[in-house]
Amino acid sequence: MSAHDHETHAGSHGTMGSYMIGFGLSVLLTAIPFWLVMNKTFANPQVTAFIIMGFAVVQIVVHMIYFLHMNTRSEGGWSMMALIFTLVLVVITLSGSMWVMYHLNANMMPHMEHDMSQMP
Amino acid sequence: MSPHPASENSGIWKLIFGRLDWSSLPLHEPIVVGTFLMVALGGAVVLGLVTKYRLWGTLWHDWFTTVDHKRIGIMYMILGLIMFLRGFADAIMMRLQQAMAFNGSEGYLNAHHYDQIFTAHGVIMIFFVAMPMITGIMNYIVPLQIGARDVSFPFLNNFSFWMTTAGAVIVMMSLFVGEFARTGWLAYPPLSGIAYSPGVGVDYYIWGLQIAGIGTLLSGVNLIATIVKMRAPGMTMMKLPIFTWTSLCANILIVAAFPVLTAVLALLSLDRYVGTAFFTNDMGGNPMMYVNLIWIWGHPEVYILILPLFGVFSEVTSTFSSKRLFGYSSMVYATIVIALLSYLVWLHHFFTMGSGASVNSFFGITTMVISIPTGAKLFNWLFTMYRGRIRYELPMMWTVAFMLTFTVGGMTGVLLAVPPADFVLHNSLFLIAHFHNVIIGGVLFGLFAAINYWWPKAFGFRLETTWGKRSFWLWVVGFWVAFMPLYVLGLMGVTRRMRVFDDPSLQIWFQIAALGAVMIAAGIACMFIQFAVSIKNRDQLRDTTGDPWDGRTLEWATSSPPPDYNFAFTPVIHDGDAWADMKKRGYQRPLTGYAAIHMPSNTGTGIIIAGLSVAFSVGMIWYMWWLAGLSFIAILAVAIGHTFNYKRDFTIPKDVVERIESERSTLLAAKG
Repeated sequence: MSAHDHETHAGSHGTMGSYMIGFGLSVLLTAIPFWLVMNKTFANPQVTAFIIMGFAVVQIVVHMIYFLHMNTRSEGGWSMMALIFTLVLVVITLSGSMWVMYHLNANMMPHMEHDMSQMP
Repeated sequence: MSPHPASENSGIWKLIFGRLDWSSLPLHEPIVVGTFLMVALGGAVVLGLVTKYRLWGTLWHDWFTTVDHKRIGIMYMILGLIMFLRGFADAIMMRLQQAMAFNGSEGYLNAHHYDQIFTAHGVIMIFFVAMPMITGIMNYIVPLQIGARDVSFPFLNNFSFWMTTAGAVIVMMSLFVGEFARTGWLAYPPLSGIAYSPGVGVDYYIWGLQIAGIGTLLSGVNLIATIVKMRAPGMTMMKLPIFTWTSLCANILIVAAFPVLTAVLALLSLDRYVGTAFFTNDMGGNPMMYVNLIWIWGHPEVYILILPLFGVFSEVTSTFSSKRLFGYSSMVYATIVIALLSYLVWLHHFFTMGSGASVNSFFGITTMVISIPTGAKLFNWLFTMYRGRIRYELPMMWTVAFMLTFTVGGMTGVLLAVPPADFVLHNSLFLIAHFHNVIIGGVLFGLFAAINYWWPKAFGFRLETTWGKRSFWLWVVGFWVAFMPLYVLGLMGVTRRMRVFDDPSLQIWFQIAALGAVMIAAGIACMFIQFAVSIKNRDQLRDTTGDPWDGRTLEWATSSPPPDYNFAFTPVIHDGDAWADMKKRGYQRPLTGYAAIHMPSNTGTGIIIAGLSVAFSVGMIWYMWWLAGLSFIAILAVAIGHTFNYKRDFTIPKDVVERIESERSTLLAAKG
């Protein structure tokens, strides 16, 4: 189409070094949770689950920085803005759904009959 | 579904045709058979005429395979108008049934048919009328408004259109082969689960929406990329025309919300096809999660529909008041705030499900908060009109009708946002009246304003006004006559989706509503007569200037209809209302120095993949697994094959550009 297509796109494409750092971090962030599960380091599986979730979030950030080359300047700041918007919406969707469903469960599930029988 | 005759369900038949057999054809429904005969006859006439006038080549090369955003935009509008006739036929059938079914009468529709009709009406009007039409308007206008030659991904645009059309084809197919869902337009489980809807209806619903959803999502990506990356030099975000701004926000909402719909329908399909238990009553499933998730998509969807039309009203008000839009930046921020808040209100669709007081009050308050930026917009339009030199052309008339109608709809919306009031009005005809009040008063009136406003740009002649005004008055009055009785009935406690009534005192209200629907039908007829008369008298209505309304934004800077390349020279922007500014500064059209223009080539890949998607869906719906498997492999093969297509672009030579532009110079000189 127009001249826009022929402009070079801003933003780095990464170096061998940055890819290796990303790769190393990814392996590390995968190996540790694996080891936590195999080794049964924590007696309470729920603790393990939460720690794995934490590692997963860090892993996402590592991928975005080292493999997707995201920073605050790429694409004139649009990438960062899109990321923040996405995060806001994901947080709203997940936390909102959990909040709503928790209350629905508490109010509407069958065990309520028992509570109702206690009512005066 | 009626029980299958055992003989026809023998092994080999089942292997080839799945659940399809002769009893799937609705031969016992005289209304459907009659409709089929009419459609078949009409289709045969159209196909015959196309063949007689040898239009197949033109259709294929200039339209079906085109990647030109303008032609794709027009095709979206045609799709929307055709589906609008189907959706309206459903509406008037419901109104007639409800007006009749009193005093022991069963009306003329049986329950099986009636339930399909109200589901199809909702699905078609939202997904295959409103969505294609707003996408069509955005497709046509956005690249012109930002001074671009096409969208960012022209092939993707063609593909999106055909996927949307494929979805429409699947839904239409259900009218004549099998049945459509009988669940209401959002197909809540457990009713839409396999236990209570074992037939093909819900599967038609699922695959129609999934296929069309791919198209909608990709066209959202495309338009966002176009607006962000392809603006003319000098057009900063705060100099963007307001329609482009609202389109940007609507498309961001599409990209953020539609994956939720895709995911929730995928979960429902898993429940239906492989026996998972996400939304069942037992095995730990929870149907309330479906309701929660589908409204996380559903509420932003409402704003996806209305935001672009807010942009249309802004452009129309500013143009026909011959004034800059009042409060441009407040309009932009109001749009952004509405877009964000639309994600924080979804629970108001199910206050009565039992989340309790704290959750309900949070979502009640967020819902009321949305009325603030919306109200700000309304005042901006009023202040734009204030002391303006208002020309009451048809687009402006639709805008004023919108302001009056939409405000009433907005107020009843705030009423419904109060949870205790909602407990009384939930699922009642009051709700039906409310959302028709905002969707007809906002989305449809906006689309009619847009069609009357931009028709001369798309075709080079204006729409004539006599039939346009008849259509306008019949529509506006008809709307009020049709839906005010529903407010009354809703306040009296009449629930939605009823087929027969016991209380004879209610009948008069349904009869008034049916009268309103007849007036709307006349309004629709007048609109199509308006199109026909305008096409017939196009030479008298011709506009050679490209700027019939004294417009203010860039689309009016080029000829009507615009050349394939839109602008011979990419315009340079210095001011918000770019074209008004250029005219004020005495802009002279450059007459020399043209260069060859690089353009994308047409391709048939989009329509082929969409056709295969229809085959895939038919396979999935009827359990013809071989068909589903083969068409899925074929889709992959065609998609991969397309990546090896290197003939993606061509160049319009310099002398062709010169010829087109000098023709325009001659026209302009003859005029002035």
